[in-house]
Amino acid sequence: MIDQFHVLLGVSAILFILGLLAVMTRRNAVSVLMGVELILNSAALNFVTFSRHTAGNLLGQGAAVFIIILAAAEAAVALAIFLNIFRTFSSANVDQVDQLRG
Amino acid sequence: MDLLHLLNQGLFWFFVVMTVVSAIVVVFSQRVIYSAFALLFTFFGVAALYLFLAADFLAASQVLIYVGGILTLIIFGVFLTAKIYTMDIPQQTHQRYLALLPVVAMLGLLTYGLFTADWKTVTPAAEPTTKDLGQLLLTTYLVPFEVASVLLLAALIGAVRLARPMQEEDRD
Repeated sequence: MIDQFHVLLGVSAILFILGLLAVMTRRNAVSVLMGVELILNSAALNFVTFSRHTAGNLLGQGAAVFIIILAAAEAAVALAIFLNIFRTFSSANVDQVDQLRG
Repeated sequence: MDLLHLLNQGLFWFFVVMTVVSAIVVVFSQRVIYSAFALLFTFFGVAALYLFLAADFLAASQVLIYVGGILTLIIFGVFLTAKIYTMDIPQQTHQRYLALLPVVAMLGLLTYGLFTADWKTVTPAAEPTTKDLGQLLLTTYLVPFEVASVLLLAALIGAVRLARPMQEEDRD
């Protein structure tokens, strides 16, 4: 019988891998951001899993709270930057944005 | 008792599969908007998994912040950074084969660590943890908690400032 701890670490690893793949292969900046969100989610899930099943205290859940806060701040700023990129380059593809002075 | 245990296990595996499958759709779908909606199910799945870890406050904030906030932002982002009259926003990928190398290496490393490490696992009784988490945030984590509130304010102002049109900026 495989236990909850290993399954959740496995889910977290898979989410991390998929997020990494999205960050590296997607061309649309918003899709890259989705990959980053997957990675942050997997990190938070890992923290909570370890917090419950190995540490036995709540410090990991506290860390997960801060991960969620950072994710919210990051998403807001990233989307504001994407809007500017789209306005300047008429495209939100990350590989076409290769000039500092558009 | 046994039926309850079976139901618990069934729900747990249902949410595990839902999270993983929808995350795969996020990464491999051909339309950005499909990715965004699949991300909704991933976030809900992770929130449900938090419940299985007795993290009830985190599950609620996951639904409120990710689904209610970040996902809405992302969907706005999809619509605002695409020419809206071409409704099927295509999803292109690049360096697909190059990316496989670090991804497979990372997957191997994580799987190896997962199955060979000597985890000292404990399983405390599943009780609501919101009260203790609140006390933790106002004692041990008090300084990071206050810094986080300043960070959110800075991100809010910064995002508004960045998203304004360029012409207004020149007039300042």
